[in-house]
Amino acid sequence: MKGGIASHDLIVVGAGIVGACCADAAAAEGLRVTIIEPGPIGGGATAAAMGHLVAMDDDPAELALAHYSLQQWEEFSDLQEAEFSRCGTLWVARGEHELRAAGQRSARLAAAGIQAHAVDAKTLYELEPELAPGMHGGMLVPREAVVYPPRVARYLVRRAQSRGAQLHAGRRVQQLTRDGVQLDDGTRLAGPTLVATGCALPELLPQLPLRPRKGHLVITERYPALLRHQLLELGYADSAHGDAGSSVAFNVQPRPTGQILIGSAREFDAADAEVSPVMLQRMLERAFAFMPVLRKLQALRAWTGFRPATPDGLPYLGAVPGRANLWVAAGHEGLGITTAPGSARLLLDLIHGRTPAIDPAPYAPSRVAA
Amino acid sequence: MTEHYDVLVVGAGPAGLATAQAAAGHGARVGVIDAQPRPGGQVWRHDVRQASPHAARHAFAALARVEWLARHSVVGAETQVLRVEHPDGVRLLGYGALVLATGARELMLPFPGWTLPGVSGAGGLQALAKQGWPVAGKRVLVSGTGPLLLAAAATLRAHGAHLLGIHEQAPTAAVHAFARQMLHWPARAVQAISLRTRLAGVAYRCGSFVRRANGDDRLQSVDIEGPDGAQQVECDLLATGYGLVPNVELAQLLGCALAAHDTHPHVQVDALSRTSVAGIHAAGELCGIGGLAAARIEGAIAGHMAAGDLTAASALLPARARARRFAGLLSTHFALDPRLRTLATPQTTICRCEDVTLGELGGYTDARDAKLATRCGMGACQGRICGSALAELGRFPRSGPRPPLFPARLATLAEASPPLSD
Repeated sequence: MKGGIASHDLIVVGAGIVGACCADAAAAEGLRVTIIEPGPIGGGATAAAMGHLVAMDDDPAELALAHYSLQQWEEFSDLQEAEFSRCGTLWVARGEHELRAAGQRSARLAAAGIQAHAVDAKTLYELEPELAPGMHGGMLVPREAVVYPPRVARYLVRRAQSRGAQLHAGRRVQQLTRDGVQLDDGTRLAGPTLVATGCALPELLPQLPLRPRKGHLVITERYPALLRHQLLELGYADSAHGDAGSSVAFNVQPRPTGQILIGSAREFDAADAEVSPVMLQRMLERAFAFMPVLRKLQALRAWTGFRPATPDGLPYLGAVPGRANLWVAAGHEGLGITTAPGSARLLLDLIHGRTPAIDPAPYAPSRVAA
Repeated sequence: MTEHYDVLVVGAGPAGLATAQAAAGHGARVGVIDAQPRPGGQVWRHDVRQASPHAARHAFAALARVEWLARHSVVGAETQVLRVEHPDGVRLLGYGALVLATGARELMLPFPGWTLPGVSGAGGLQALAKQGWPVAGKRVLVSGTGPLLLAAAATLRAHGAHLLGIHEQAPTAAVHAFARQMLHWPARAVQAISLRTRLAGVAYRCGSFVRRANGDDRLQSVDIEGPDGAQQVECDLLATGYGLVPNVELAQLLGCALAAHDTHPHVQVDALSRTSVAGIHAAGELCGIGGLAAARIEGAIAGHMAAGDLTAASALLPARARARRFAGLLSTHFALDPRLRTLATPQTTICRCEDVTLGELGGYTDARDAKLATRCGMGACQGRICGSALAELGRFPRSGPRPPLFPARLATLAEASPPLSD
């Protein structure tokens, strides 16, 4: 304490999965960490997410960050709170051209060190007998998994606290100051600051463009063994990375409870968090086209969430341009659960002036600076 | 395809039936929806053994003049349209005016052993007996509070149950004070006397409640706390009724304002049954627990209002005020003993869907926070049971409902919405 202002080695703003990973990594290195979170821990995009740990290969930088992160996720494979379930990802090809793409994609993943292989139609139906007839095959990524993100975020915050981190729960950062932050109760904290506020990023750093991209999810009653793998359509990337105002894709997940989690929908410029009957209908029709048995299942709940989307789809990881001791880790869009641990390591390396394990240039916030 | 009704009524209990009758009297096209196969709601539920009361039979007859949509559950609400699931599929029902008469459900107050097979709600066991579930010869103990305990006990006895006693948690003085008030309500007094006659010989103990249910894999005995100390009673079934919780979920989904000053919120209406949303009315228990008489009067008011007859509705206002005064007496005299909120231990299950104990919920002050961390309230009941229990225990209020209102087939949610008209 000097001059009534507490001094910290790192102030982490936001306790979603990204902030929680950063706080945990910093506390593990012996830093004096303080965490500020106005809502429940992991209560934003982290709570709404599917929790699928998946490598997307269509952008080399995204693949590098995912691969780096997936290795770190292995640490949690036995953690009860993580509800880690290694169901694997099965990408489904609807036509010959998608099957050819599966071959190329599995080669790309394998080259990056991720086990993956194309499967023919016969194998596809052995793996998932309830898929609609007429599929051509697909790609199996057997080591991928699903987790329950909000509990992981809580676990990481607690672990950071057990290593001395302080949590300002229910407090909001009102503004960034020259040497730290000011909270909504007037408290001023001094120290290097990391902003990890997801969709709320523009409130503190409006210079970094970010748009919320709404999603819908539905969860069913328990149907153990109906579905074994996380299933996605190979055309998923077209939906995820297309710039259409709204899109849907087949994306269903077996939860460890036996429930089935059904996605996915993407919408820019959605005004509110209400469940949209029309988006729900489009998303479900897409799911039924791949898996007709879903029609008969009982839905328990539908909800929405917002993904923090940057213009180029890559997160902002690094120093905020033109500011000393101000860092950002936000904008992971739909891959924040997968890429949070790697993002945290990369950022800690940058803060300490070490060379990160992967090239940080593609994620540098300076790429959008005018 | 969307069908359109001038007046659409959700719920075919006393309030909904009175609404239907009043609205149909004005020549409106009326639809009445209920998830159950027969009309009557909880209080007038069909009994396989006994004829329905005269008033119920009269109310059921009114359904001949409306479209009666049995086994239809509302799962979602869109602009001027309800998404409704029935055994053969889905329907989208449009309306000019909507009347919500969704009633109330039992408050389940958790105590050690409350999840054992053999323990149920008093209203729940009453409903099961009416539907033919065998209670004959079973040793049944009834506990909880209020006159509904007597009604449940009378049904159970009529179906052959061996009643071991009725344990009313309110102290003797409060129950006597309530009985004296009954002098001002002769019709109620007659009802009460008739119930007591049907329960002749059954012990009625005041200031007495069940603190624990015992048994290995099913109920064997209960520990009772009374004015004269503790005792253990062997029994086959325990029926507990600690009051009712308004079913506000559909109203909430429609954006109707709730009055949240009580532990369990109810729908905010004016005396003429209007909610905060234009064109949506509410009548009966969901507007605050008021009992059968209030429900019938409010249903009629809502029916007249939905059909546009303010004069007919206004004529019923004095009767409504009187019925609501009686409800006030109930909540005063049968207020819960604070000890009842301390029975659950850290090991007591709170969320039955997801097996969450009270101990696991320690430290949370917000329903969503607790849900994300423990799964409490994530199951099929959507927190209707555990959320109300936690509110009653003073932990935190229930979080808002998420669609669908009740578990529904995915195909029901995927049915295309009607295009919005200009």
